[in-house]
Amino acid sequence: MTQKNIKIYIDEKACKKCGLCIAFCPKKVYGSEGGKPVIVNLSACTDCKLCELRCPDYAIIVGGENIE
Amino acid sequence: MRKELQKYFRNDKLPHIWCPGCGHGIITGAVVRAIDNLKLNQSKVCIVSGIGCSSRAPGYMNFNTLHTTHGRALAFATGIKMANPDLKILVLTGDGDCSAIGGNHFIHAARRNIDITTIVFNNSIYGMTGGQYSPMTPKAAFATTAPYGNIDRNFDLCKLAQSAGATYVARGTVFHVPQLIKLIEKALKHKGFSLLDVVDICPTYFGRRNKMSSPIAMMNKIREMSVTVRSASKMSEEELSGKIVIGEFHEERVPEYTEEYAKVIEKAQGGN
Amino acid sequence: MSKKIILMQGNEACVEGALAAGMRFFAGYPITPSTEIAEISAEKLPKLGGKFIQMEDEIASMGAIIGASLTGFKSMTATSGPGFSLKQENIGFACLAEIPCVVVNVQRGGPSTGLPTLPAQGDVMQTRWGTHGDHPIIVISPSSVREVYDMTIRAFNLSEKYRVPCILLMDEVVAHMREKVELPEQSSIDIINRKYLNPSMSVYKPYMDYDGDGIPPMMNFGDGLPYHVTGLIHDISGFPSTNADVSKDLLNRLMSKIYNNLDDILEYENIYTEDAETVIVSFGSTARSVHRAVYLLRQEGFKVGMLRLKTIWPFAHKAIKKLKQTPVRNLLVAEMNFGQLLETVKASAEGAFRTYGLNKYNGELITPQEVINKVREVAKHA
Ligand SMILES: Cc1ncc(C[n+]2csc(CCOP(=O)(O)OP(=O)(O)O)c2C)c(N)n1
Ligand code: SF4
Ligand code: SF4
Ligand code: SF4
Repeated sequence: MTQKNIKIYIDEKACKKCGLCIAFCPKKVYGSEGGKPVIVNLSACTDCKLCELRCPDYAIIVGGENIE
Repeated sequence: MRKELQKYFRNDKLPHIWCPGCGHGIITGAVVRAIDNLKLNQSKVCIVSGIGCSSRAPGYMNFNTLHTTHGRALAFATGIKMANPDLKILVLTGDGDCSAIGGNHFIHAARRNIDITTIVFNNSIYGMTGGQYSPMTPKAAFATTAPYGNIDRNFDLCKLAQSAGATYVARGTVFHVPQLIKLIEKALKHKGFSLLDVVDICPTYFGRRNKMSSPIAMMNKIREMSVTVRSASKMSEEELSGKIVIGEFHEERVPEYTEEYAKVIEKAQGGN
Repeated sequence: MSKKIILMQGNEACVEGALAAGMRFFAGYPITPSTEIAEISAEKLPKLGGKFIQMEDEIASMGAIIGASLTGFKSMTATSGPGFSLKQENIGFACLAEIPCVVVNVQRGGPSTGLPTLPAQGDVMQTRWGTHGDHPIIVISPSSVREVYDMTIRAFNLSEKYRVPCILLMDEVVAHMREKVELPEQSSIDIINRKYLNPSMSVYKPYMDYDGDGIPPMMNFGDGLPYHVTGLIHDISGFPSTNADVSKDLLNRLMSKIYNNLDDILEYENIYTEDAETVIVSFGSTARSVHRAVYLLRQEGFKVGMLRLKTIWPFAHKAIKKLKQTPVRNLLVAEMNFGQLLETVKASAEGAFRTYGLNKYNGELITPQEVINKVREVAKHA
């Protein structure tokens, strides 16, 4: 597997702590801190973006491009 | 939020009013991504809704948006499309809004094959009014107005739409979002009445009453119960009971209503 | 230029007036005695590049004309009692969202399915208060075929000018009778269009009172900046608000844009009221019988006059007030209902006159003779 420089941005203010991203990341990239997602296994991330697409509050951005 | 999506939202209106884990935000996100993928002209897109939690979606979306009366979005949308066929029309509606109070408008918009993309936020419950059963609540499920279990049978919205005359019919879910975006894109590209039944979650009212206390439990249920149209075709009726069949059900080319009316104008003006 | 004199039905005159006013969209559902309006619209609109659609019911028809109006089309629907009841929720939407549109209600006997083919005037209060909540509305009522034509144009003009639904309140008799009419040249007709906002502006607040007259200019869906329209109480940007001041300001503006312009909106006709002792108040087809009765009574030397209301709502209190400066002592309100307008006239009279009702609700017109008899009876009381 090629090593990609993936970044994940979580907008803490937007997050409503639903837990969907944590529960359904196929690679278990997130852990929970009082319901909020925290990145615990970034290297496992495959950039599938499912967490971003499933976040009901648009609080996650996955990828190199759009994150400042 | 991703930068390229920001222009599609009224960012000063966010965060939205929806509960944590409510699937409405997921569908709204998918709609916006589909629109972005197709690069539709924002000022020529018109999004119409009725009343319900789901019908609040257009208020967050930076297009020509019309939040009408309960169940009537398709009636208003029909007037807009008839008057100005150049506009791209989406109707965002709840399962109650679409299939109960709006059921008549729904079947007739489908029958006319007017070029409107209808996306049903189907959470099987009346969310906004606090969890009463809708025509999409499964039999035996609980709702505040079905405290002993629902005895009504639910619609299959896709079958209903198809038999009423819709010319593109598909079902997606809030779990299978990449596929959902593709389906929305196809529905938007389709000329004619397109229906997308999106299996959605209302953790607050449907979930709690039906032993799924979290959005995660509700998503798991969708994951477990979903089968594709293709695998469903090989399954018996018994095997299919309780399953959510997802994918495309129907697509056909049939003259579109406003194009037909353009011909009426030609005839009336003495052309042939 | 030779003017055409044609024999025309009331419903036909309604469509002709609408087309002259610029109607280019009609959505409806058939119902006696309004159906001809839909039929004639279906034939004539496409000839002018306009659009007609028969919807699945009256709720949908009302929704469709609001949608079409938002794209800039002058839009109309026509119905009668049962259908008018169905339209109410969406009429309220048009009132609150300030979408110009014309709703024709050809009254027939009610309640319920009632007397479908017979005249009545039982919807007077429904036109004012049929939809829930405080709201502005304009209701006008013609008495002749030519007036149907003129008033349909006026209905569009008022609706466009004030961004409010305007209801053309007809009855079965006016709708179905045929009279010889001479229609004006199109160029001689005054047409009012809604105020448009320059679509190139960079921020558009759809409910901002830019001109200070209480009437925000409109922008068509699809013409410029995207904006939001809702039936929820909204602020000047068009978005929902539950702020008490926002609600109050919005409702105040909605009401005042009508009530500050009564001189423009109210129309009524006084006949022989200067020296009359008894004045008969009426409207619609009833006013025709009243007019005849007044003529006959005057020949007998009775000091009788009539006040014909052309604008029903807002109510022409000033017309009643003016009568207070005349010798009038009796007001007789003639209407084909149990006395719906009578109550408002009484309130307006504030005890300055003796008030009487002449009411009929059996599907038959009030005849001149019945008016004459009632005037004689009133005169005896006096
Ligand atoms: C004419 C009318 N009847 C009833 C209501 C109350 N009402 C508001 S939303 C709603 C149900 C909405 O349910 P659904 O369409 O499934 O959307 P959800 O809230 O679940 O997203 C009802 C019954 C109303 N606003 N108008
Ligand atoms: S899905 Fe979004 S809202 Fe839900 S916990 Fe994750 S980041 Fe927060
Ligand atoms: S992009 Fe995919 S793998 Fe990476 S965190 Fe999100 S869900 Fe997990
Ligand atoms: S009540 Fe249900 S549908 Fe409404 S916002 Fe909450 S979760 Fe969503």
